[in-house]
Amino acid sequence: MTNDTRTQGANKPALLVGVLLLIVAALVGYDASQQTITSTYGVGPTAMPYVVAAGLVILGLSHFVVAFREGPPQPEEADRKALLWIAGGLVFLIACIGLGGGFILAITVVFACTARGMGRQGLLIDAAIGFVLGLVIFLVFAKVLTLILPSGPLERLFL
Amino acid sequence: MDTLLSLLHGFGVAFEPAKLLFCLIGVFLGTAVGVLPGIGPALTVALLLPVTFKLDPAGSLIMFAGIYYGGMYGGSTTAILLNAPGESASLATALEGSKMAKAGRGGPALATSAIGSFVAGLIATIGLAFLAPLLVELAVKFGPWDYFALMIVAFVTVSATFGDSPLRGLTSLFLGIALGLIGIDKLTGQARLTFGVPELLNGVEVTTLAVGLFAVGEAFYVASKRFRDPEEIIPIKGSLWMTKEDWKRSWAPWLRGTAFGFPIGALPAGGAEVPTFLSYSTERKLCKYPDEFGKGAIEGVAGPEAANNASAAGTLVPLLTLGLPTSATAAIMLAGFQQYGLNPGPLLFAEKPDLVWGLIASLFIANVMLVILNLPLIGLWVRLLAIPQPWLYAGILVFATMGTLAVNGSPVELAMLFAFGFLGYLMRRYDYPVAPMVVGLILGPMAEQQLRRALQISLGDPMILLENPISATLLGIAALALVAPFAMKGLNKFKASED
Repeated sequence: MTNDTRTQGANKPALLVGVLLLIVAALVGYDASQQTITSTYGVGPTAMPYVVAAGLVILGLSHFVVAFREGPPQPEEADRKALLWIAGGLVFLIACIGLGGGFILAITVVFACTARGMGRQGLLIDAAIGFVLGLVIFLVFAKVLTLILPSGPLERLFL
Repeated sequence: MDTLLSLLHGFGVAFEPAKLLFCLIGVFLGTAVGVLPGIGPALTVALLLPVTFKLDPAGSLIMFAGIYYGGMYGGSTTAILLNAPGESASLATALEGSKMAKAGRGGPALATSAIGSFVAGLIATIGLAFLAPLLVELAVKFGPWDYFALMIVAFVTVSATFGDSPLRGLTSLFLGIALGLIGIDKLTGQARLTFGVPELLNGVEVTTLAVGLFAVGEAFYVASKRFRDPEEIIPIKGSLWMTKEDWKRSWAPWLRGTAFGFPIGALPAGGAEVPTFLSYSTERKLCKYPDEFGKGAIEGVAGPEAANNASAAGTLVPLLTLGLPTSATAAIMLAGFQQYGLNPGPLLFAEKPDLVWGLIASLFIANVMLVILNLPLIGLWVRLLAIPQPWLYAGILVFATMGTLAVNGSPVELAMLFAFGFLGYLMRRYDYPVAPMVVGLILGPMAEQQLRRALQISLGDPMILLENPISATLLGIAALALVAPFAMKGLNKFKASED
């Protein structure tokens, strides 16, 4: 494995992580420099962010060094389609809750999309299972725990 | 004597019907997730955190501990019958256990692991009960500087022992500490890293990070590489019972496994995997029938199984007495304490003796329940493996969503869950351990507070950290632990995995 990465030059994921760490460090440091409240004695709220930023810079630079040596092991090819199905379900979930579509609809889609992403070929059956699951969870929370999960038009029928 | 009285009192608490029920649910769930490959106790407790925040703290914590113990029992079942360890702590068990199962001795293998787990759990829990008060007495004398130094030790050991590379562990840790900075500074009221998003003022919820990294991240990861050969279950043939010969060959490995597991679990040295492999290689050396090793020697199952259970009890020592998590599950359990406003440590023993001793006493009960659940019901657990994986992970995501929405119904929180989930996936893919990040988020703010308190007392003089013998020693240990992995590459094979 080490030989492979050497022939390719630098390990790209490691370089990328290094850059990202430097960006996070810059963010943390910039935010600390913009703070207005300081402590009169002892250490103020900016000390720790600067320490963390410094640590992140060191780690980022170490990643650059490592990238030219070995870097993290190269993972096998990922199944992008599977990831997209699951991510799609979760994006729908956020939108559905954000726009007031309700809990049950969101759960139906998340269940069906995840099952599909994991390799099942029965979208409608899975959606039905997800729907029942969502309905049961919503009712248990509403009636037993007296906690109302995000509600849309569908949920209001049961309240 | 005090310990015995406290423990007796604890049993009074643990035998309340409600607590017994929580304990039973815990060990049941724990065994189930232990059996299912890919789902571990850390993930399960993380998923349950948001759902339990309204329940009785003592009961929930008893349940979490039951899940932890149960996971250690359940892991052996898949290791033996499938040659697919459900937890990393059962890797060593699989070596000999699956060979025994193939040779038609699956029954005795399961029996020796269950009874060994029971013996080890019992001894180690007694160790916990007697060691904890001693540590508490020591910890009462700790000043803020000592606590700060202790957390530095935890930071270093957690990031150095999880995963294969200290660099990746430290990266995960520092990102966690950076996340911990988000929100309002408790001492001055200064908002940090909130970028004008009001939802961030309260900081990042530990549960959101834990559920995202462990549950959602795992689902992504499994989905991304799902093309695996289906595993074949080896049916249990013959008697479940151990012969006289089996007993004779098992008892010493049980005790030696316990002797490895408990202290290593209690030290911040990283999880259950190290003692299980130490136990395995020791048994291999001591065994009277060395040629049987590799073909199904019962010692190779008895020792590691005892070691992993003992280490679970060992982990609870620093967790309860110092608030120091030394395994992924312990880190999530610490988050569990915090969601009830409880801070494990010497004060907890003084303020909530009912809760602490009830929890310790319930561990004994959990052990008895587990050995009963595991031996006669083994067929039921094996059938769990028939659940289609897509439904399992879809259910996990539904559960994760439900938990997040129950605590905080905002789309921002869900977006964070999703983002942490994807981060968790990428970290798994590129072999960055996720547990240090959770530890960083939990302990980072605590370490900052202790440091600032210490420096306020010393009027800003940082030398206070080195002038006090305890903090100086602890910082020395931390420095040593940071350098050791680079100095001793040979230890690499004992690196701990998460769970």
